[in-house]
Amino acid sequence: MGSWGNLRYDPPSRQRRLFDRAAPLPASAVPLLAWGNGRSYGDVCINSGGELLETGGLDRYLAFDATTGVLRAEAGVLLDDIIRSFLPRGWFLPVTPGTRFITLGGALANDVHGKNHHVAGTFGNHVARFELLRSDGARLECSPTQNVELYAATVGGLGLTGLVTWVELQLRRVAGPAIAVENRRFHGLDEFFALNAAAEKSHEHVVAWIDCLAATPRGILMAGNHADGVPPAPTFSPAVPFTPPFSLINHASLAAFNAAYFHRPLPARQTLHLLPYFYPLDNIRQWNRIYGRRGFYQYQCAVPQAVQQDATAELLAAIRASGQGSFLAVLKTFGDIASPGLLSYPLPGANLALDFPNGGAATLELFGRLDAIVREAGGRLYPAKDARMPGALFRQGYPRWQEFSNHIDPRFSSSFWRRITET
Amino acid sequence: MKRIVIIGATSAIAHAAARLWAGQGAALFLVGRNAERLDINAADLRVRGAASVVVHAMDATDDAAHAPMLAAAVEALGGIDVSLIAHGTLPNQRECETDSARLRAEIETNGVSVCLLAQLFANRFVVQGGGTLAVIGSVAGDRGRQSNYVYGAAKGMVARFLEGLRNRLARSGVQVLLVKPGFVDTPMTAEFDKKGLLWAQPEGVAAGILKAIDGGRDVVYLPWFWRYIMWIIRHIPERLFKRLSL
Repeated sequence: MGSWGNLRYDPPSRQRRLFDRAAPLPASAVPLLAWGNGRSYGDVCINSGGELLETGGLDRYLAFDATTGVLRAEAGVLLDDIIRSFLPRGWFLPVTPGTRFITLGGALANDVHGKNHHVAGTFGNHVARFELLRSDGARLECSPTQNVELYAATVGGLGLTGLVTWVELQLRRVAGPAIAVENRRFHGLDEFFALNAAAEKSHEHVVAWIDCLAATPRGILMAGNHADGVPPAPTFSPAVPFTPPFSLINHASLAAFNAAYFHRPLPARQTLHLLPYFYPLDNIRQWNRIYGRRGFYQYQCAVPQAVQQDATAELLAAIRASGQGSFLAVLKTFGDIASPGLLSYPLPGANLALDFPNGGAATLELFGRLDAIVREAGGRLYPAKDARMPGALFRQGYPRWQEFSNHIDPRFSSSFWRRITET
Repeated sequence: MKRIVIIGATSAIAHAAARLWAGQGAALFLVGRNAERLDINAADLRVRGAASVVVHAMDATDDAAHAPMLAAAVEALGGIDVSLIAHGTLPNQRECETDSARLRAEIETNGVSVCLLAQLFANRFVVQGGGTLAVIGSVAGDRGRQSNYVYGAAKGMVARFLEGLRNRLARSGVQVLLVKPGFVDTPMTAEFDKKGLLWAQPEGVAAGILKAIDGGRDVVYLPWFWRYIMWIIRHIPERLFKRLSL
């Protein structure tokens, strides 16, 4: 039970699968941490020497109201399961990240966001209530009006406030599984920000792929709206069958791939099934293996609106100069809907995410340069993707961290939290 | 709409099967020891599309409770198309070797109570003029091994009992299906190290059960490769087998 980046961590001293949400927390001499499906990239789901509580057995629905779309489900239910159950009935997730193989509990604990942040905010904005099991045995129903402080601490709280047993989520009505997509190539950040601002007015979902190696940042903006019709769902899903000894992503393969991807025949408008639109990588099982045995990092940061274009340009220039990077580079902007959590990641501004094969010191040095740009811009890094940010950068980026830490359950901890508070 | 009774409905394999039936809009009658856990599962199945779900708390080793349970099921469902008997425990073999009360209790739970319930449903199906009796046995019932022959003996008893029952009912249109799962990743096997390729997920086993029911099968190993593994294990000469540490 590791995490998605395949980086090496010391193992937990014990892992236990939970099946019964009514059961008390197990007695344990070491710190506890819930582990959902291991799709966070770094160490927020790692608990070296502690005990991991695997929540995959907590996978039952409690109730669904077919008139309002309110679903109550156990915390180990996968978003994939929700889509399978409710898309055929005309309901979809109100907010979804780029993979559907995460649990409800994980979505809550990381207060994940999607391509519709500018109109829908974060996942937590759609969580009406949840039950939190604390190590003193208390079962607390938390909502924006009940146990308010623990609600704010637990949304985006990285699993540190206790065990979430069930979550109540407001689903979103959709006409069907179709997404009408508009694709636009852009050259330079001026064009990106102009196209993006226009697209956010007309589209619910907006995201851009960027070629992080191009001399002038370039990419493809993809804007989508839910639509009528039933386009075919993808059927074949290949897998990366094993982890190669070294990364298949390197400068040469990347430059060639990015150029080909940028120049590929691109329909200006197309109607897609929502699965390949929202989850392009979910169709390649275990794609994280392409980075080889040393694993990979994702660097994901948000910088405030006022400086978003300059800071993004600086970040991309530093990455290009390093010659590192990967195909997986995403740029989008967050809107100004306030996130409910004390440690929620999104802030109004630009959000940049790039994967990097683990190149050891060279990669970490690049991250140090990127950190300086983020710090100067008053931005922050995303804990769900992080495996190495310095504690000082976390504390600057999340000024409410001390208020948050008052709500941590005394028997819960994670490798991430220990790293952030001890460095 | 299929009408289905499940004994041991809180077991992982049974619940996975119930979810598949719920998705088909079936009417379900869930039987188990713990009413609270049955209610938790029932809510899940209602959301997943079951036409109706009724729960009934019963300890399978309480013979006197069997007939009233059947009456309640018939009343709730109107009739029964499929009954899945899935209750059981995984005995602590070592404990049973010295504790005869423990040994008796395990045989009662995994062997005797299963036969009694199988007969109860079978007789009902004869009256109805058809139906499917599906029972979860185990590959462990195919041959006694030192590591778990108490469990194996009980499951072997079930296999032999169903063989006879199937023979008796062959002309009455009643399907008698014995399901023999291999290693399945469930709470019952929580203490095992599950790294090997032989471990299956309950969802896959459940899908196999529904397929075997629809295909009118008599005996099915799940996953399929256990058929071949167990063929080999059954054919090792006893003189050699007794020396193996299996």
